[in-house]
Amino acid sequence: MEVECLVIGAGPAGSMAARELASRGIETVVIEKRQEIGAPKRCAEGVSKHSLEKLGIKVHELGIARIIKGAALYSPSGKKVVMEGQGMEGYVLERKVFEKYLASEAIKEGARYMIKTQATDMVRENGKWKISIKNLDGEDEIKAKLVIGADGVESKVGRWAGLKTLNRLTDYHSGMQFEMAGVNADMNYIHLFFGNDVAPLGYAWIFPKAFSANVGLGVLEKGAKMRAYDYLKKFIEEHEEIFKNASPVEINSGGVPVAHFTEMAADGVMLVGDAAQLVNPIHGGGIVRAMHSSIMAAEVAEEALKENNLSKDRLMKYENMWNEEYEEKTNKLLKLRSFLEKLNDKDFELLADILEGEDIFQLTQAKLSFFLKKLVKRPSLLRLATKYLK
Amino acid sequence: MIKINRDRCMYCGGCVGVCPTNALTLNETMLTVSEACNDCGICVKFCPVGALEV
Repeated sequence: MEVECLVIGAGPAGSMAARELASRGIETVVIEKRQEIGAPKRCAEGVSKHSLEKLGIKVHELGIARIIKGAALYSPSGKKVVMEGQGMEGYVLERKVFEKYLASEAIKEGARYMIKTQATDMVRENGKWKISIKNLDGEDEIKAKLVIGADGVESKVGRWAGLKTLNRLTDYHSGMQFEMAGVNADMNYIHLFFGNDVAPLGYAWIFPKAFSANVGLGVLEKGAKMRAYDYLKKFIEEHEEIFKNASPVEINSGGVPVAHFTEMAADGVMLVGDAAQLVNPIHGGGIVRAMHSSIMAAEVAEEALKENNLSKDRLMKYENMWNEEYEEKTNKLLKLRSFLEKLNDKDFELLADILEGEDIFQLTQAKLSFFLKKLVKRPSLLRLATKYLK
Repeated sequence: MIKINRDRCMYCGGCVGVCPTNALTLNETMLTVSEACNDCGICVKFCPVGALEV
């Protein structure tokens, strides 16, 4: 088989890319190694309503498991700071439904999908990529002018194309999650728990869904004394008031790339979503960024295919577009992340005392300038200011 | 070569993303390790459930 564009991976990034490419009249085939799109998830399923609206992305109502008013953050001792109001609303998705909807949108535009189809190798031949595949019909090859690598944290496409998609343990959360029924928490908010004994260099979360809630955490190996799984069991044990009558209905785990190293394009290849490590370094959310990267990649793909120039130089325009939109913000958030990684539990308590919900929202938006002003106002916060500046 | 405890493996593929020699591959519920594995143990440190062992 020979196609103009092959998308490898049918998550939010892959299906968004497929929809955008197919709607431009580009011949698009999507392969997905799993036998079901969207499952098992490796994700807490939260998205910001504001970020989706900004991109004009519509989510089918059946894909929304719960509408969320805001977030409640808890210090190690249990001090609570609530973030709510404009811009802080969100959805907790049912990814299985959400992703099948995205695929259906791409199929509606003319993309063809092959599932339970694994790419096993990819080589460059006469200015095209030859991809070896395996599925129920046996082994085959697909030739493509352009390959979109939407194959997630496991990205093989990036490695086959010579890109450095290898993740580093220092910037890669080890995540564990139980989807639980019977959770006793305010289901209108997501709940985030901080502390070096709760989730070292990460946080624990409760994301409410229709009849259940995603209860999980992410830790960084350099700060962890045990497995993410052990931290999660401990978290559940220590919050009897929330989990006394709760049981898991699904268990998930996964890696979250919270820093971006790889180049996003090579000859005839563009990487989107987690494959390109495009995750918000502060909260680890990647769905909206993944979809946005695909919109940009499709735009560049259309021009490049018209010009019949799929060289790395040409496709790197995609990375430039991405950087223009996200680089400054991501760098600030990385700085904030490195500050948060220096905090001990006492520091978290101090922050819970001085920060309002709105302040935390500003920080997550990479608006940092007010923060230092706030820290230098009081001598008791000098320790925090020093950690921030170092 | 690392050992995979298949009773513990969640087949999340997180280990694949940190393997410096590209020795790990996940397909559906089957994690495989190739000859390229050099026992560096990075995947072992990552695994959320302790399913990997050098």
